[in-house]
Amino acid sequence: MDLATLWFVLVAVLWAGYLTLEGFDFGVGMLTRGFARDETERRILINTIGPVWDGNEVWLITAVGATFAAFPEWYATAWSAYYLPLVLILLALIGRGLAFEYRGKGDTPRWRRRWDLVIFAGSLVPAFSWGVLLAGFTRGLPLGAGHDFAGGFADLVVPYTLLGGVVTVALSLLHGAHYVALKTVGDVRTRARVLAARLGGPVVVVVAGFLAWTVAAYAEGRAVAWTAAIAAGAVVALCTGVAATRRGREGWAFTATFTGVVAVAAALFAALYPDVLPSTLADANGLTITNASSSDYTLTVMTWVAVPVVPLVLAYQGWVYWTFRRRIGLPG
Amino acid sequence: MDVLELARWQFGITTVVHYFFVPFTISMAFLVAIMETIWLRTHSERWLRLTKFFGKLLLINLAVGVVTGLVQEFQFGMNWSDFSRFVGDVFGAPLAMEALLAFYLESVFVGVWIFGWGRIPPKVHLATIWVTAVATLLSAYFILAANSFMQNPVGYEINEAAGRAEMTDIWAILTNKVLLISFPHTAFAALMVGGAVVAAVSMWHLVRGARQPELAEPGGASDPGAFRRSLRVGAVAVLVGGVGVAVTGDIQGKVMTEVQPMKMAAAEALYETQQPAPFSVLTIGTLDGREPLHQLEVPQLLSFLATGSFDAEVEGINDLQEQYEQVYGDGEYAPNIPVTYWTFRLMIGTGVAAALVALWQLRATRGGRAPTSRWAVRVAAVLPVLPLAANAFGWIFTEMGRQPWLVFGLMRTSAGVSPGVGAGSVAASLAAFTVLYAGLCWLWVWLLVKHARPGLPDVTAEARWGRGDRSGPDADGEEDDAERPLTFVY
Ligand code: HDD
Ligand code: HEM
Ligand code: HEM
Repeated sequence: MDLATLWFVLVAVLWAGYLTLEGFDFGVGMLTRGFARDETERRILINTIGPVWDGNEVWLITAVGATFAAFPEWYATAWSAYYLPLVLILLALIGRGLAFEYRGKGDTPRWRRRWDLVIFAGSLVPAFSWGVLLAGFTRGLPLGAGHDFAGGFADLVVPYTLLGGVVTVALSLLHGAHYVALKTVGDVRTRARVLAARLGGPVVVVVAGFLAWTVAAYAEGRAVAWTAAIAAGAVVALCTGVAATRRGREGWAFTATFTGVVAVAAALFAALYPDVLPSTLADANGLTITNASSSDYTLTVMTWVAVPVVPLVLAYQGWVYWTFRRRIGLPG
Repeated sequence: MDVLELARWQFGITTVVHYFFVPFTISMAFLVAIMETIWLRTHSERWLRLTKFFGKLLLINLAVGVVTGLVQEFQFGMNWSDFSRFVGDVFGAPLAMEALLAFYLESVFVGVWIFGWGRIPPKVHLATIWVTAVATLLSAYFILAANSFMQNPVGYEINEAAGRAEMTDIWAILTNKVLLISFPHTAFAALMVGGAVVAAVSMWHLVRGARQPELAEPGGASDPGAFRRSLRVGAVAVLVGGVGVAVTGDIQGKVMTEVQPMKMAAAEALYETQQPAPFSVLTIGTLDGREPLHQLEVPQLLSFLATGSFDAEVEGINDLQEQYEQVYGDGEYAPNIPVTYWTFRLMIGTGVAAALVALWQLRATRGGRAPTSRWAVRVAAVLPVLPLAANAFGWIFTEMGRQPWLVFGLMRTSAGVSPGVGAGSVAASLAAFTVLYAGLCWLWVWLLVKHARPGLPDVTAEARWGRGDRSGPDADGEEDDAERPLTFVY
């Protein structure tokens, strides 16, 4: 495998890690409305992700940083093209990050209600927008000869990418419900299980439809077989999750959606390879792992950093999940 | 305003706002780590109370620091896509290393620190805050490596075919001479911020304790036994930081004269080459340098600052402009002189003022005394503002002094901006972010004050845990571990 391909895989891994890790905490954020019935329940939900959400978000920062380092053209073109969606995402993530920390630091119910709204919107908006954005990578954008975005906002929000957004929201909700069932006790746990069982079927249908569309319309040549195989894996994983929830196997259900989200992301990137951002105007204008990547020297340096450090990060992040493995409940 | 100007405002505002929180986080993480270390060594409850108290201020600040940093990571691609294309091969690497090596550590371990009270062994808990603190410095190192490349490009070559700079030597980039000196300078500058916050808050509680004796009993919310000690820790930190920035700033001036002589000339509004050159403390008059009306100068000092010798020649703006025209072609090569001149002085001035306040605080609290006057409260209120302002002025000076270059000698700021982004989009996001930042800063100050006011918290449970008593509500290591639910933190 050449270095550019290796870095493409690594970027895909970072995005997949981000979507699945932050995915459940987006889901938990969305469940604070509607699902949580009162202040206590909202606090229970927030505390389930308390020690881990910030670490999860670093997966995004690393994905973006790795894209910048390994594929500067990709970063430059995509980030200037998705200008307004990214502004929305940033505003949402800023609000959400503050809300977790500041919600408990005021005294009035009104203070908390406002931050609750921020947590909800701050989870929904990015969950949706990242789906739109990643589906857009796979589909491609109207790029001019200088690799610059030559379209407008309307080119970013087309039916396929909007469905991508629906998929990431749906997956996050299901994944979040599984997480809540796994991390709480009593009534909240029971209701999370019921909710997950109800959501499971529809989510599988939406995801399967989206993946079928991806394989049919956007995978080419050898990528078709790969993408189809990964997509099938994603659907199987999600179905396993549904079955596990019905049997009350919370750990298995969570593992299943964890794998399912990773596989959905992997399918999108598999369909993309060896492009990184195709052009819908002319093939020659598109960005590929060859014309978008950094020099060999830079990729080599980055590989030397990433190879020892990534496993280390996984190890200590895993340790944190282990340290806080117990369920959250009321004192006493 | 055109896209370029809007994008510049956006970058400047975002970065300066981010940098209000950054030095606070870096230094407060270390100060809290030191306090927790003293507690675990002495088992004196007052240090535990101080740790929890200042730890809360740290967390309030960390939240704003983290979320504003996120914008930084995105804005190179959003507003400066041609810049990202041109330097990405060099510049992306330190950014990615920062995320991999520093941000993960920091955000993961601070989470354990917040949620670990009473749950993990105290020594492990102490280790998590130290890891967090070291990670904040690591992150500073990598981002400064990226910035130093823009001040003084090294370790690269230009690939004409690809139209970009390509890295040839990562080691040269990580040991850029600008980096090696701006890193300690920013670290000391950061120390002044945290020190000032600790000293100011402690001072306020000492005054309150002196006025309301019931709060000043041992164990009370404003216990002077605790706050006198923390005041001295804070004031000493400000002084150490002050000496540190002076020493490193002096060296920085020499490096700057070497790599960007125009910036040094602009800092002094020195139009004509002079030998020896005086340091202008204050110039009132026309800043175009033609007619100084009142001037306060220290003879020969600029020569010393710039080169280390009192008699050396310092080049002036006009000469440098001519030289640059010969190398780079026609153009305006001097930065905005009033801005560079004043920000340089204000950086030094506000920093020195902070150090003087810290000295006075040490005097005022000698031998068990505590100040009670209204003045002491006022001084406490302005103290943290001084080093924060110095940090902001320092950056505005550094970055605006580099103009018109974005990457010195290689790329002009006007060439870096995103070609495909319209002025409307940038204006809209600039407006949205600016409003958000204003709200954020207000919230930040309000929450810090709100949580600094009540004083030292009750720490009975944590103290028991620190002594190794396992009967706390969330003590670990019991058999029914996995069954018993955890209690709340947020
Ligand atoms: C508390 C904050 C603070 C204080 C008191 C000082 N500085 Fe500073 N200074 C900074 C905070 C700062 C900074 C914000 O951290 C900068 C911006 C970039 C950098 O490396 O540090 C900076 C930049 C900076 C530069 C520009 C370097 C460049 O552009 O290449 C010089 C020459 C100095 N400083 C010199 C000094 C001197 C001689 C000081 C006086 C004794 C001093 N600074 C006090
Ligand atoms: C590390 C990478 C950095 C890059 C790529 C970068 C790049 C830029 C760019 C593109 C601008 C706008 C152009 C202009 O100067 O007008 C700018 C301005 C500015 N930056 Fe930096 N910068 C970096 C780091 C920093 C840091 C770390 C700080 C301070 C914390 C900082 C402070 C400023 C300030 C105050 C301005 C406003 C000056 C002005 O608008 O002229 N920058 N920088
Ligand atoms: C323009 C350049 C900069 C970029 C792209 C940038 C990026 C970021 C990002 C993405 C975060 C959030 C990390 C998290 O989620 O934990 C962050 C926080 C942080 N940054 Fe910056 N940053 C810049 C300038 C600086 C500078 C100059 C320093 C130090 C000298 C610094 C030090 C820190 C620290 C210590 C934190 C973590 C704590 C806090 O935010 O208060 N950054 N930065």
